[in-house]
Amino acid sequence: MSVASVTSLPVKNTVLVENMSAVSREQRSAWLLSLPAIALMILFLIGPILSVIALSFTNWQLGMTNINWVGLDNYREMIGDSTFWKAFNNTLMYVGIVLPVSVIGGLLVALLVETRMAGKALYRTLFFLPVMGTLIAMSIVWEYILQPDFGLLNMVLSKFGMSGENWLNDKDTVIYVLAGIGVWHQLGYNLILFTSGLLAIPCHLYEAADMDGVPHGWSRFQLITWPMLGPITLFVLVITSIKAFQVFDTVAVLTQGGPGKSSEVLLHLMYTEGFEFFRTSYAASITVIFLFIILLITVIKIRFIDKRVHY
Amino acid sequence: MGYDRLFSMLRHLILASLALIFLAPFIWMVVTSIKPEDEIFLNELRIIPERFAGYENYRIALTETPLLRFMLNGLIVTVAIFLSQVAVAVPAAYALAKLQFKGKQVLFIAILACLMIPPQAVSIPWYLLMYKFGWLDSYAGLVAPFSISVFGIFLMRQFFNTVPDDLISAARLDGYSELGIVWKIMVPTAIPALISFGIFSIVAHWNDYFWPLIVVNSQEMLTPPLGVVAFKSDEAGDSYGPLMAAATIIVAPLVIAYLLAQKRFIEGITMSGMK
Repeated sequence: MSVASVTSLPVKNTVLVENMSAVSREQRSAWLLSLPAIALMILFLIGPILSVIALSFTNWQLGMTNINWVGLDNYREMIGDSTFWKAFNNTLMYVGIVLPVSVIGGLLVALLVETRMAGKALYRTLFFLPVMGTLIAMSIVWEYILQPDFGLLNMVLSKFGMSGENWLNDKDTVIYVLAGIGVWHQLGYNLILFTSGLLAIPCHLYEAADMDGVPHGWSRFQLITWPMLGPITLFVLVITSIKAFQVFDTVAVLTQGGPGKSSEVLLHLMYTEGFEFFRTSYAASITVIFLFIILLITVIKIRFIDKRVHY
Repeated sequence: MGYDRLFSMLRHLILASLALIFLAPFIWMVVTSIKPEDEIFLNELRIIPERFAGYENYRIALTETPLLRFMLNGLIVTVAIFLSQVAVAVPAAYALAKLQFKGKQVLFIAILACLMIPPQAVSIPWYLLMYKFGWLDSYAGLVAPFSISVFGIFLMRQFFNTVPDDLISAARLDGYSELGIVWKIMVPTAIPALISFGIFSIVAHWNDYFWPLIVVNSQEMLTPPLGVVAFKSDEAGDSYGPLMAAATIIVAPLVIAYLLAQKRFIEGITMSGMK
């Protein structure tokens, strides 16, 4: 008995030691494998986001050697800056158009495409094409189409007896035109997301509706399709609003925020303040506002996605 | 039956006219790229040009500015970004999915938090970093900040979670190192996910304008979107034929690739929303 216990003890110990070393080996290799990712994450994401926030409370400008803490001065300046408010309102206006039009439009076109077999794949391909086209290059094409004298749009309008505008140089139309291009660019993307949502609805729900005598059309949409599309709709809303808040390319190429700041938007203002006027800390404070909006939308998404809306 | 027929026709009518509007910029771009200048400035709707000027327009587009150089830059940058993203993200994703270690939870939460950071919001510090490293106006400057893709880590982790543990234990018994398991066992099982991610990454960075605009100055470093804008402001001015030819050349690679492999592209692009 005593002999047995004495001999079994070392064996037990080596097993324990081996287990320990296997665990610590796993720990070590896990950290080694993650190390490049962690280092780069700190260098390029976590560090920078913290320094942007810190920078927004200083008076630092590119090239300056000294840096002073100025508290909320940049934010105070921002509140008094009419250009900032123009950019803020224009961005809201842009999102306010692109969001509903490209989401509702995407849903309606997806429903229309999916109701019949004929041409389904072709329509999907065509509507998705603007998502693929390099937006910068296509913005240059849009500029040419919107050209007042020999642009395609005004030529077509004159065929219908309407007179066109100088679309991009009119401060009353320019933000709508940019939003229109935004819708053109985004709708196909939403259409594809809605299509995948539609295809995921189980057929037996419609079969059940058939048996219960639910009429085709609106009542069926209201009873089955729309509730089942709930989660994906929320998804589309969030993605579209994040993308719309990031509007930059079209503004940078087509208007540079003009005429008279009537198409200035948040990111473009941040770019010009930071990289053209080199007012770095002021640009950082605009960035913080932009970031705050994006985070707010993302938090809404996380809250709702976790609750899974319907089902 | 009659009602059904009517609806069918109405559906095609609406969808086809909408599709025409959506396609119009592409059609007009290609049509103008083969039009002579005098027909472009003609104030009438003409689709097929009377005189074919495609050859001279494309020649001007390719010779007045180094458009092919811009395309090559775009190719180098997008491929370099994708490869470094894979090299960095895949081992980390494996560790998160299949290994037990202290701090795993914290790391995963950090990744989820970083997913929310839009790249434009960190562009000022990136610029300062690139300046410190001496990487402004270089391939390194265009590539380095994007070498970490938290979305890539997230996506590959989700995928690796579905790989059975037995496969990994068997590989360990066969004497594979952990790094060997990552590249020889995990990566081959994840090819479809990697292709989707690759399409997403390459399309995003081929089309990116914001960061290249900030980091690049000299003409020989321009990426395709910067190149076409430079072409517009420097050379083309109002010569829309060559300008539309340049735009066509820059838009073409992705559009052609998309038309050839639609399903994969749609999957890859819409995946970006899944984060």
